[in-house]
This record gives sequence, structure tokens and C-alpha cells, in this order.
Amino acid sequence: MIRFIIRRVFWTIPVLFFAALATFLLMHAAPGGPWDRDPGRRQVDPATEAMLNKKYGLDKPMWRQFVAYVFGDIEEGKFVCGAICGNLGPSYRQRGRTVQEILFSVPEGKPFWESRFGYSVRLGVLALLFAVLVGVPAGIISALKQNTWIDYLSALIANIGVSIPNFVIGLYLIIIFGVWLHLINVVPRSWSDPRVWFLPVLVMGFGTMAFTARLTRSSMLEVMRQDYVRTARAKGLAEVLIIVRHMLKNALIPVVTTLGPSLAFLIAGSFIIETMFSFPGIGREYIQAISNRDYSMIMGTTLLFGVMITVANLSVDIVYGFLDPRIRVQ
Amino acid sequence: MTSAQATLSETFDLKRPSRSLWVDAWYRLVRNKAALVGMGIIIFFSLVAIFASVLSPLSPLEIHDGKGFLPPAWVKMSPTGKSGDPRFILGTDTIGRDVLSRVIYGARVSMLVGLTPVAIILIIGTSIGMFAGYKGGMVDNLLMRITDFFYVFPDQLLYIILMITLRDTAIGRLMNGLFLLFFALALVNWVGVARLVRGSVLALREKEFIEAARSVGIPDRRIMSRHIFPNVLSPIVVWVAFTIPRMIIAEAVLGFLGIGLKPTSDPKAFFITSWGVSMLEGRTAINDQPWILFAPSLCVGLIVMAFTFLGDGLRDALDPRMKGTF
Repeated sequence: MIRFIIRRVFWTIPVLFFAALATFLLMHAAPGGPWDRDPGRRQVDPATEAMLNKKYGLDKPMWRQFVAYVFGDIEEGKFVCGAICGNLGPSYRQRGRTVQEILFSVPEGKPFWESRFGYSVRLGVLALLFAVLVGVPAGIISALKQNTWIDYLSALIANIGVSIPNFVIGLYLIIIFGVWLHLINVVPRSWSDPRVWFLPVLVMGFGTMAFTARLTRSSMLEVMRQDYVRTARAKGLAEVLIIVRHMLKNALIPVVTTLGPSLAFLIAGSFIIETMFSFPGIGREYIQAISNRDYSMIMGTTLLFGVMITVANLSVDIVYGFLDPRIRVQ
Repeated sequence: MTSAQATLSETFDLKRPSRSLWVDAWYRLVRNKAALVGMGIIIFFSLVAIFASVLSPLSPLEIHDGKGFLPPAWVKMSPTGKSGDPRFILGTDTIGRDVLSRVIYGARVSMLVGLTPVAIILIIGTSIGMFAGYKGGMVDNLLMRITDFFYVFPDQLLYIILMITLRDTAIGRLMNGLFLLFFALALVNWVGVARLVRGSVLALREKEFIEAARSVGIPDRRIMSRHIFPNVLSPIVVWVAFTIPRMIIAEAVLGFLGIGLKPTSDPKAFFITSWGVSMLEGRTAINDQPWILFAPSLCVGLIVMAFTFLGDGLRDALDPRMKGTF
């Protein structure tokens, strides 16, 4: 188990390295640079450009820029550590701020979860919680009440949720609740009010919720027919205990394995949901950074996404190992 | 024929011509109501896409002066104080173009975005997957490492990077950006089918009938094309049904973010607008004319749902053991 975890952790290093390299090359292949005033015309005064390039080290050869970004560089006789130490470099667009400041810093006196990163993580985690807390019970109930109206209703909702992309559902909900019923403010003035979180969390989590419900249902139905459930019932165990100890414990294993990919999906799905709701997270920041050609910002955020997804997948692999002893033996 | 055989034949109706797997699957598929509905919707949207120029009531590009922001025909009073005009069934957009006609033309791009990259990936991914699975070795190792890479990075992130960085290059301008869109979708998704095929081939390679074929000296190429390929066909068919909607969603997402197809004002162009682009146009006018946004997103929702229903049906029909699983 320990060896398995160590191998997984080490394997992420080359993956992240290649991701950084691919992003770096693509970014530099794109026409235009971070200094363009007007993104449509992509023009800048040559003298200014040369000066800025020198200041930020963009006049150096490409390989040197890449090495300097990832590992570090010697500046004025001093070694400055690069991305491997968490130094993501200065933002080219938001002058005077580093990328890690933009992503992680919080306004004076505010808790750490008020950063852009914190906002995105909160949205992702809340959406996952919603998906699990609604999806799992819904799946269990429809399996226990198989072929009743509860089962059919939940299957209908789950089928819709799995089939229709979440951002389309988001657009419907915005139009219905925001435009036709005037119940919510589509672009809220402040995100400190918990009520405004309701819609983004619902939209982000809906597809995952539906998927979880369907998976829980089919997994429960399989477990219910097992011999050990019949044995438990034969020895006169209370129905609640049979459900909790014998059915759920086994039925939830496949559900847990999908949580990692689900969380990764939620983090990645944040681009569109964050843009749609003008949410102050890293997904929207990323979209803006790309169109601004803010090289260091793009690189930093791409790496951050990679690390987040890797951690999400890894943690689930570990939980899975603890839940299912059969995995540990292998 | 002995009398015993004759009795058997009478009792069990053995004279009935045997049905192939595909015919069997077809009968199972058409008994599935959801799959039938899905097929119906897909055929409907394909016809709309092909005959867009005949079906659309007005030109999707013609700007009707002073008719901007009109609500749908059945609305008496819109938030901007205008009433619907029966000429514009779903109303008009910000600069007075007919919404319904634009949505009809948008079907072309979405249907093609669903089909073209999938067709490209299918050819490349299947050959690589078959080769990697059957031969193993270097190709197989390389394929699995590439798969690991794509596993860590979410598709949308890669689409966004590719679309934005290459948008203003020569490739990005081909076919109003549609070419780049196909390229990005194909580049990211070929791994999925390659991995799927590899897995199936690995399992098949050890089966007795392949061993038998090998032992009578059939060359590898023939074993792959005649014995292995027909057996991996059904997972591939199911994969196609589930991948097409993912492509359509990706187009809509990228269009909505303003980095997909570039809408054109050239009336001779075949691809004028897409549903994703229409959604972006509708986003700015969400309060005054929500139908600019609502109609294309409804279409995306419907077509994606249709393909998912068909995919579910195909999976159950081709492999009844898989019924109800994922």
C-alpha cells in the first residue's frame, strides 16, 4: 500500500513537468504577447517591448526561460527558486503582484478561504457534498423501493442530470429563476451571502449527483441479492443493521472510487460555471489570463489545476485501499 | 434426417434462419423506447442541419432595422416594452436578426462537430489501440504513458489552452476556426478509444479462438482484421454514441466562452453560426430577450440527451450482460 502510494506520487512529477512544458510551448507559439495593449491588433512599441522583455527575462533563450520558471535562476548573483518551491513568478498583466499572490492572497483581515483559490475549492467541495448527500440517499432509497413511483421519479431526475450538460442546466435555471421569476440576482454583488451560493453549487453538482444516484442504485441492487445479505436476514438481524452494515458498506465502494474523478471533473468544470456566474475563483481568472497572454499566470494556474486533480485522485486511491482489503493484498 | 432430429427441429423451431449478433442487437434496440426517442431526435436534427437553408423562415444574417430585441411572437409585452412580431417566431437578437433561423443554421455546426472529430479519432485511435493491445511492447508502453498524462489533465483545460493559443494562427483561421476545433477535439480524445480498444484486445488475445487461428498459421494482420476487430466493434459503437454528445457539449462550452467558431457575416458561408456562439450572444441580452440563450441551450440539451439515450440503448442491446451498469 505504502509502495503503491509512493509510486503514484512520484509518477505525478513527470506528468506535471510535461504539462508545464506543453503549456509553455503552446503559449509561446501563439501570436501576440503579454504587453499588447489591444488584444485585437496585438501591437506594442518595440522599445517598450524590449525593455519589458528584459525586465521579466523574456529576452533569454526559450529553454532558459523554461528552466528558470520551473527550477529557478541566478539573478544578480543570487539563486531564486522557481515553480518547484511554489514561486510562480510575477504576473505580467497585473503589475507588481506575483501569481501566487493573485491566486492565494486574501484581503486584509479576511480568512484564508476568501482567496480565489479558496473560493474555487469551496465551490468544488460544496458541489461534491451536495452530489453525495443527495445522490447517495436517493440511490439507496430507489434501490430499496425498487419499481415504485419513488424509484421511477429518481430515475427520471438522474437520467436528465446525466444526459444534459451542467452548464445548460445552469442557463435554464438562471433564465427561470433570475429572469422569469426574479427570485435570484444573476450576478450577485457579494458572495458573503450564503443564499447566492445555492445556484452555482446546484448547477455544478447536479450532473455528479445524478451519476452518483444511478451508480449507488445499481450497486445496491447487486449487493441486495448477495448470499451474505440473506444470511444476515436469516439470523434475524434488524433490517436497519442489515442495510447499514451489510449492504451499504459494500455498495458504496464503487461510489467512493468515482469521487476522485468526480472532484477532478468539478474542479475542471469550474471554468464555465465560474464564468457564467461571475464567480471570483481561479477558473475565471484562468480564462482571462489566457486571453491576456499572461504567461506566468497561465503556467501557474495550469500547474495548480494539475496538482489539485492529482491530489484528488490520489486521496481517493488511498481511501479505496482502506475500504477494500482486496486491493491492499494486490 | 432421423426422426429424433425431426422432432427436435419441430419442437425448438430450429429451421428458423439464424440471426447475427447485429440483427439481434437491432431487435433489442428498437424495443427500447428511450433509444427510439433518441434516434428520432437525432434524425430530426440531422435533417434540420442538412436542409437549414430551406427550413429557416428568414435569412440568419439579415439585420432588420429597428426590430432588435423583439420577444417571441406569442409575447404581448417584453421587458423592453416591445411586442412580438409573427414574422419572428422566437423573436430577434440584439441587432435584429431572426433567432429561429440562427438556431436552425447552428444545427449544422453542432452536428458536424459531433461527427467529424469522432470519425477521425475512430480511425487513428482504433488502429493504435489494436496494435498496442496485440503487439504490446514499446507502442503499448508509450500509449499508456500518454493516457496517464491525459488522465491527469481535464479535457476542457486542454481545449481551452489549444483554442486560445492557436486561434490567431493560420490553422485557427481555417474554416472560421472550425478546423482548429476539430483538431483540438480529436487531439484530446483519441486516447480514450485507443485505451478502450487496447483493453478489449488484451482480453481477446488470450481467447481460444485467437490461439486456434494463430496455430493454423493465419498471419497477424488477418487475425487482427478478421478475428479481433469484429469483436471490439460493439464497445466502439457504444463509445461513439457517448462521445458525440461530449463533442457537442465541448463546442457549446467553447462557443459560450467566445473561443469556438468565429461567427461569420458572409451569406455564402456554409457554417454561419453555432449554438455555442448563439448562447454567447444571448448572454449579454439575458434579461431582455432570454430566448436568444434559451433556444440554443434547449437544442444542445435535447441532442445530448438523445445521444445518451441511444448510447444507453446500444450498450444494453449489444451486450445484455452490461444492462444497467455504466
